[in-house]
Amino acid sequence: MTIGLEHYLTVAAALFVIGIFGLFLNRKNVIIILMSIELILLSVNINLVAFSHYLGDLTGQIFTLFILTVAAAEAAIGLAILVCFFRNHGDIAVEDVSNMKG
Amino acid sequence: MIGADLSILIPEIVLSLYAMGAMMLAVYTSKDAMAPALTWATALVLAIMGFYIAVTGGGENPAFDGMFVDDAFSRFAKVTILFAAAAVLLIGLDYMVKHDLLRFEYPILMVLAVVGMMVMVSAGDLITLYMGLELQSLALYVVAAVRRDSVRSTEAGLKYFVLGALSSGLFLYGASLTYGYAGTTAFEGIIAAASGDDISLGLLFGLVFVISALAFKVSAAPFHMWTPDVYEGSPTAITALFSTAPKVAAMALFARVVHDAFGGVVDQWQQIVAFLAVLSMFLGAIAAIGQTDIKRLMAYSSISHMGFALMGLAAGTAQGVEAMLIYMAIYVTMNMGTFAFIMTMGKDGRSVTQISALSSFASREPAKALALLVLMFSLAGVPPLVGFFGKYAVLLAAIEADMAWLAIAGVIASVIGAYYYLRIVYLMYFGETREDIDGKMSLVPYVALVACAAIIGLAWLPGINLFGLEASAAQAAEILLR
Repeated sequence: MTIGLEHYLTVAAALFVIGIFGLFLNRKNVIIILMSIELILLSVNINLVAFSHYLGDLTGQIFTLFILTVAAAEAAIGLAILVCFFRNHGDIAVEDVSNMKG
Repeated sequence: MIGADLSILIPEIVLSLYAMGAMMLAVYTSKDAMAPALTWATALVLAIMGFYIAVTGGGENPAFDGMFVDDAFSRFAKVTILFAAAAVLLIGLDYMVKHDLLRFEYPILMVLAVVGMMVMVSAGDLITLYMGLELQSLALYVVAAVRRDSVRSTEAGLKYFVLGALSSGLFLYGASLTYGYAGTTAFEGIIAAASGDDISLGLLFGLVFVISALAFKVSAAPFHMWTPDVYEGSPTAITALFSTAPKVAAMALFARVVHDAFGGVVDQWQQIVAFLAVLSMFLGAIAAIGQTDIKRLMAYSSISHMGFALMGLAAGTAQGVEAMLIYMAIYVTMNMGTFAFIMTMGKDGRSVTQISALSSFASREPAKALALLVLMFSLAGVPPLVGFFGKYAVLLAAIEADMAWLAIAGVIASVIGAYYYLRIVYLMYFGETREDIDGKMSLVPYVALVACAAIIGLAWLPGINLFGLEASAAQAAEILLR
């Protein structure tokens, strides 16, 4: 069996869906939410690199590099906000992020 | 060649250099002691850039092979964004000082967010769009959590971050599918690949993901859930920012993506945008009725207003885009005035955001109550105030595009929404006598409140004619729908 574009797209779609479910179904820990976000971004990267290879066009890989850089900055900011929240609240369980009803 | 490209980006480059220079200056000198001066300087720089773009800009100038576009549309959005950000900085200064929140990072983060917004509205490529979007979002996440010692402010920052990151993820997934099936990330290439009746399934999926992500950013229902919490939890000066400049940027970006990249398949996205518009208008109007906190009320109000702006976009015509731009400019003015008032609601130095605190306010402060009355009537869309003309423009655009059902839904939602604006007015004039707020306002917010109320109350007069807003909006819309 040769591995074609559709296999890569399937893996990426699966990762994306796992990431989305991780965001919404997880009731324990905000860190898991950060991990889910990373998973979503990585699934996009797989998509882009696979498309880039099969199209013979480098733009997708350049896009991937930008996404990796921004993901690092995003994780840094997310963790910083989380640390602030932890200091005020003493806990990072997802159920407790509800001082305002939403 | 590179020099010509860079000269098109002068406003963005100047603001980026200013942000970095200001940060260095503040870090190596007096730090927070210079924050008030820095805030004034920043507002001045933003306003100067706004004037610079408004006065010197002309024509259509693509830079870097079309990755960045400077045209009448982006200039309209940029001028609105720059003036809105400058106004928010000045109006909020007093609030930030009083609540001991004014750190030197605040104006600098604001400038960085504004640069992100300017890149967003000028994007001619999915990569540029993403970089602009993230620069804006990352700066705003931090600003939302600026009150580091408050549970609510950090919670607002956390919620904004998580849902903002989710929407970035949705956007990127859509962008990757679009890239794969169009073979390029440039809007010019995408519009060539996505035209006619036949659109490939992959591109359609990409379009849907991108639209959902943009709906998050403009806080349109059903992607609105972060808005009330973030509005309530953030310091009021920051809430004033959230409800103005980023909304304009996201809305302009929305228009640019659907018209510049997917302008060939209007039928495909028209229904989605119309659905978002109807849902936002009704959800905003109905959910606001039960609110007791004025910041949450303004959050639902802005969801409803975004629905109206999306109605203009759903028309899919140049007239619709023009109506949307007019609507956004008017909306920013109304919100600016309202938030200038909300920021100063308080008693004995403590902020009060309960709506009931406004009870009998008119008997103590008739002038301020009158200004707020004008703003509330305009938000509700009562003629002849300017807010009515914004609603009229989008409704007309929807009818001319054969979407009468959408216009009728809009009128019904607007009538429902009028209830909670009128309730504020009722409380102010006929509520039982209480003294929950002392009505003290410092000079800048007071001037802003009166100026916004005056513009809203008088700009429809024949001699003023909305300050020529319609002509520049028409020009901007025309360039987008060539």
